[in-house]
Amino acid sequence: MTAALPAPGTPLGVEVRDLTVRYGRKTALDAVSLSIPAGSITGLLGRNGSGKTTLASVVAAYRRSTSGSVLVGGQQPWENAELLSRVALVRESGDVVDTDTLRTNLRFTEQSRPQFSREVAERLMDVFDLDPSMKPPKLSRGQKSAFGIVLGLASRAELTILDEVHLGLDAPSRYAFYDALLEDYIAHPRTIVLSSHLIGEVERLLEHVVVLDRSRVLLAQDADALRTRGVAVTGPVREVDRFVVGRTVLGRQQLGGTAQATVLATLDDGEAAGARAAGLELGPVPLQDLFVHLTADGATEAAAEMGRVR
Amino acid sequence: MFDGRDPIYVQIADQIRQDVLRGDLQPEEQVMSTTQYATTFRINPATAAKAFAQLVDDGILYKRRGVGMFVAPGAPERLRAEGRESFFAESVDPVADQARALGIPVEDVVARLLARAAQAPGAAAGGAP
Repeated sequence: MTAALPAPGTPLGVEVRDLTVRYGRKTALDAVSLSIPAGSITGLLGRNGSGKTTLASVVAAYRRSTSGSVLVGGQQPWENAELLSRVALVRESGDVVDTDTLRTNLRFTEQSRPQFSREVAERLMDVFDLDPSMKPPKLSRGQKSAFGIVLGLASRAELTILDEVHLGLDAPSRYAFYDALLEDYIAHPRTIVLSSHLIGEVERLLEHVVVLDRSRVLLAQDADALRTRGVAVTGPVREVDRFVVGRTVLGRQQLGGTAQATVLATLDDGEAAGARAAGLELGPVPLQDLFVHLTADGATEAAAEMGRVR
Repeated sequence: MFDGRDPIYVQIADQIRQDVLRGDLQPEEQVMSTTQYATTFRINPATAAKAFAQLVDDGILYKRRGVGMFVAPGAPERLRAEGRESFFAESVDPVADQARALGIPVEDVVARLLARAAQAPGAAAGGAP
């Protein structure tokens, strides 16, 4: 029926097939299929209400699916205690015991997480300037997030899902988080799913990207490949208009005689040289902008061209 | 850094090629490890590894098992030969086009090139030793 779990410490991948989750009449996930490669840092991106948190909750067995299948390391997560000791979901809500100190909360996590590193926990408590004798209700929004990050990274779970853990963190703390994440991920490879609205900040950390939009998978692909899908073309209005004929235009701006169009296209060297010869400048489209264009209302056609997951 | 149109791994590889061309990295010199590169520039290690793999394939770097990556002997010469092929199309032609657009006589451009070349260290030898 299900495969045996790999050895402890082996990164766990995720396979989701035709997953549907309904809350009463509302469909949170609609026949979603995607893969999260084992050992990757995968970005889970989407607008509010796109289904990210629902997906994370089903994968980590906080919630049941309505139909379809989810496999983590080849096994179903629901009521699978052995598997779930290797799956950590850090949610915005924190999931900590409010009546106990941070120190005690850390000990609870240590007891349930076979790969837990006390050394990482202590170091990160210092980095984020958290006092172990405090209780969760006394923490600020940023401190709550920071403590979630401490639990999530120190657990070293073979599948670690960090859902919007940056909320309330100032920029230096967020960069301390990115540094700690990369460092510990390199030393102890695992699968990390990072859900964030700060795409510009996290995009270079990502190897793989899944974008959800309105309860469906908009795209799931290699982050580097995704970055080359868009191109910003700037130049004389006439030349820009000529260039975009037959291409999918995500956005267009005009200032006097100069226009800029954001186009869905991967140009080969010949096309790029031709465009430059026509007086056009070619620039990158940051992942953040591509995301905004693709998930904007009425962008469904462009999204269809990007191609749904395999 | 790393905000060009190319995938990040291509940009990383280009950066290292430039370092070798300029002599900032010498043949047989050890380059940063994938891990160091990833943490220094906050980049996914798989992305950094892809860049290094490309450079090994191109004969710019080579691996010493258990030690790390090193600049291949002959790498600067190889890069220079490749660079010469694309230099006129990629660098000179756009300058010529832009000069024409700005109404700068080509003689002025040539004079500037000659003056610049005369200033460069080791100008007559044609580059770093």
